Amino acid sequence: MKYIIAGIIIIVTAGSCTTVKEYQKNRLNDGEMSLGNRKVEKTELSFQSYREGASGANAGKSGGGCGCN
Amino acid sequence: MKKICLSVLGLYIGMLAAFSQDTSQYKSRKLTFEEANFISSYYNQNGNNSAVTGGIGTEKLTDLSNSFEIKLNMWDKKERKHTFDFELGIDHYTSASSDKIDPKTISSASHADTRLYPSLNWSVENGKKGTTFGAGLSVSHEFDYTSFGMNVLFAKKTNNKSGEFSVKLQAYLDKLKLIQPVELRSYNNTYGENDYPTASRNSFSTSLSYSQIINQRLQVIFLADVIYQHGYLGLPFHRIYFKDGTESVETLPADRLKVPLGVRANYFLGDNIILRGYYRYYRDSWGLEAHTANIETSVKVTPFLSVTPFYRYYIQSAVKYFAPYEMHTSAEEYYTSNYDLSKFTSGFFGAGFRLIPPKGVFGIQHFNMLELRYGHYQKNNGMQSNIVSLNIRIK
Repeated sequence: MKYIIAGIIIIVTAGSCTTVKEYQKNRLNDGEMSLGNRKVEKTELSFQSYREGASGANAGKSGGGCGCN
Repeated sequence: MKKICLSVLGLYIGMLAAFSQDTSQYKSRKLTFEEANFISSYYNQNGNNSAVTGGIGTEKLTDLSNSFEIKLNMWDKKERKHTFDFELGIDHYTSASSDKIDPKTISSASHADTRLYPSLNWSVENGKKGTTFGAGLSVSHEFDYTSFGMNVLFAKKTNNKSGEFSVKLQAYLDKLKLIQPVELRSYNNTYGENDYPTASRNSFSTSLSYSQIINQRLQVIFLADVIYQHGYLGLPFHRIYFKDGTESVETLPADRLKVPLGVRANYFLGDNIILRGYYRYYRDSWGLEAHTANIETSVKVTPFLSVTPFYRYYIQSAVKYFAPYEMHTSAEEYYTSNYDLSKFTSGFFGAGFRLIPPKGVFGIQHFNMLELRYGHYQKNNGMQSNIVSLNIRIK
């Protein structure tokens, strides 16, 4: 069921795309609209990957380092 | 009259020539400074399920993390942009649970440590073709753990530049010292750095992403990783207390395959509000399944000041090999009492403040941006932590 929902979201999202010209990207180019992580989140992402079993798929580091404690 | 006409024509052509010079942005062939970032964080946590003491005992820990990043760029003869990103990070932590590795000492070797992690990344972007190629190296070193990382990436924009596909391959080759709890040590050492046996842990990952502009206000990115780890994946100082009262250390399989899938969507609502949503589904070969959902709302109080409250919810199942204190039996092949691998839910909430005035922060032209963020994290098993982070950008 969850795969069907994910598939529907992707199809609907992809189907509703419109071409946006460079001069129309003032909102998309805002610093807060970045699709990457904020630099200030760096340590948060690090401690979450140590304190939780799941990691990855957030455009960050995937492995390396101890996280022993 | 003829001379006057020719003179006017010559003057006109001269003016046209003067104003028809290439006015496109100057692109430096020399290495030029793009920006620098200083990021500092203070983290503290507490709880009562430390893996060092077999799933019971204090998890008290503090960590002070600082990193400095400098980004330089240059353009080559083929109008490609080269970016060089150098980062140097240093963390210092104190851990009450690590101090229990050797409780007979007043303060054991691992009660505090400093981690140093430099990295260098290079990328070249071809604006005409819409392609980016990059590579990077990293090192991380602390007393009992050393990690060497390397990565390569390739990205390609769609023809209309509204979408981008990227693939990143990473490898981390790690070596850890097998520092066991003092009562279980069968080797002799004088606490010298070279007296402990070592083991390796290697991680290989493929990260795929596709970002797409949906319209003038909405853009999304789909993320998928496949991560394979091999080697010593437990930690040698995580104690296990069996039902019969005997003691050992955490033992986990030598292989782990992780598959996280994520999607992020950012939406500009009206003129002052930006909604940032993120969801991740995760599954691995140890039987751990997890869901992560995150929502942030950036409110532009002024064009140069934004306030960003956020909330993150996380839920995971336990790995197949987890059991609490004195619940494992020595007949089992694998066992851990690490509560980070147990079943739990957690919440993380807080807010960030971002100041980016056009004339610079405090009127200092190159002090481009200041961002401050606080978050409180709490698991339903009682473990909780606080983190405050600062990002200063010089441009």
